[in-house]
Amino acid sequence: MTEPYVILIGLEVHVQLLTRSKLFCGCSTRFGAPPNTQTCPVCIGMPGSLPVINRQAVQLALRTAVALNCTIPRSTKWDRKQYFYPDLPKGYQISQYDLPLSHCGWLEISDPKGAFASKRVGITRAHLEEDAGKSMHDEAVGRADSRIDLNRAGTPLLEIVSEPDLRSPAEAKCYLTELKLLLGYLGVSDCNMQEGSLRVDANINLHVGTADGPVPTPIVEVKNMNSFRAVERALSYEAERQWRLWQELGVRLGEPGGHKTTRGWDEGRQATYEQRAKEESSDYRYFPDPDLLPVVLPEETVESVRASLGELPAALRARLETGYGITPYDADVLVNQGRALVDYYLAVADACGDGKTACNWIQQGVLRWLNDRQTTIDAYPVPATEFAALLKAVLAGELTTSRGREVLAEMIDHGETVEQAMKRLGIERVDEAELETLCRRLLEANPKIVAQVQAGKEKAVGSLIGQAKKHNPNADPGRVKDICLKLIAGM
Amino acid sequence: MAITRDEVEKVSLLARLLLKEPELEQMTGQLGAVLEYIALLDEVDTANVEPMAHPLDVVDAFRDDEVQPSLDRERALANAPNRDDECYRVPAVLGVT
Repeated sequence: MTEPYVILIGLEVHVQLLTRSKLFCGCSTRFGAPPNTQTCPVCIGMPGSLPVINRQAVQLALRTAVALNCTIPRSTKWDRKQYFYPDLPKGYQISQYDLPLSHCGWLEISDPKGAFASKRVGITRAHLEEDAGKSMHDEAVGRADSRIDLNRAGTPLLEIVSEPDLRSPAEAKCYLTELKLLLGYLGVSDCNMQEGSLRVDANINLHVGTADGPVPTPIVEVKNMNSFRAVERALSYEAERQWRLWQELGVRLGEPGGHKTTRGWDEGRQATYEQRAKEESSDYRYFPDPDLLPVVLPEETVESVRASLGELPAALRARLETGYGITPYDADVLVNQGRALVDYYLAVADACGDGKTACNWIQQGVLRWLNDRQTTIDAYPVPATEFAALLKAVLAGELTTSRGREVLAEMIDHGETVEQAMKRLGIERVDEAELETLCRRLLEANPKIVAQVQAGKEKAVGSLIGQAKKHNPNADPGRVKDICLKLIAGM
Repeated sequence: MAITRDEVEKVSLLARLLLKEPELEQMTGQLGAVLEYIALLDEVDTANVEPMAHPLDVVDAFRDDEVQPSLDRERALANAPNRDDECYRVPAVLGVT
């Protein structure tokens, strides 16, 4: 049975851009410095100081906006968003209001396991703004005040706002995963949620099916979610809470008691709690910042950014699926590891000529190794050329899969080539002629088995495989079987 | 009236100004006069005028992404009404961000 409502979710994602210095001053953006050691008159709002725009922040924002298929206006400007909060030293945040750097884009999401159909999620806008500082509640006994660290104040943020196109918490999580992956490929942000370089706010409400058509429930903005899983859980919780509330009270959006509210996610209780009634956007009293000049974004600039994007995750996945014959799921696994791992895969697959085998071996041999050590592909001891040489030997039947794994382990442990590792293990390549001679000898010595096979009992050949392994431990069982059957058939 | 008393009350709250009864009355009158004066601009025909984002006819004042020395922490915290060795101290901020 389908639920009698539709869930509408829109996400606001703030990402810190990977600049060395802040958006409007030269203070460092380095994370983890001692409190209040990375501030200056501009970012702590001293009278008479003037902001100057960081060129690189605009470039990174533009790169992201173009990759999100946004429309880029000819020029963009800066506005002041006024509110009072101790971590906002100027009493306003420099942001972008009515002429943002970009708008009307989309990001395609799909579930590699096929839980929902792939879809384009609309991007309302992506604009630049400065981050606020950090307030910490002093937990020392008897101290009732908060401590303010302004190191983060003025760090460039890109706010990416989606349309309410997401229809389930799972889709929301998928959108975030895809967005994060894209930002990583673009090299614009490290998206580290623990360090706050990626933050997510979610807007959610329901459209309840009634005899008079769909009725919207009051919109809730959910905050304080510190992982994508938390976002998914918070949204599931919130959808159920809104459904329950609708059944109890039946309040629709915009009615008395039906205004937009803000709720926080409590990870410990796995529940949301009321924070405040949302201020209308006019309460921020936006107006153009007279301290900053508009930024002009000519067509040529946008096109040169577009040309420099490189191959993005969606295109890369498609290339792996069609060009290398691997499944959407496998392509997703590889692409999610980042460009360096994909390059390693491509080098191995191209050199050994079998994309599927390369994919299997890399998932089992490489990804597991990297995962166990929590490291990345540049730390992997086997170069792509040697990995490919190993797969070639396996594909040619010179090594069985299990023998191949032993060789790989040797190559990793001793930094050896395929040849060296095989020698160390006492493995010799068995060529076709040698194997055929062996099989002939075995057949001559076992006329009974030959007779059984000829009588249609193909399985009887099995005991010959065991004997062959005794004579030559490097003999591939599959090939021994094939050769024996071929020889018997020709008798 | 260009502005109502209720609106002045709301704006004063947003600006964190606590206006007493006679001040509210006074401000409603004064702000109203300012708004009426500005409303004179409505009489200008701007149909063929490009919107202006900034009075200066200059755009694209950028700086390169280079780190400059920051303020010494002691100097940064020097004017704070309340502080400790590392941070500004403010009355407890709870819950809301």
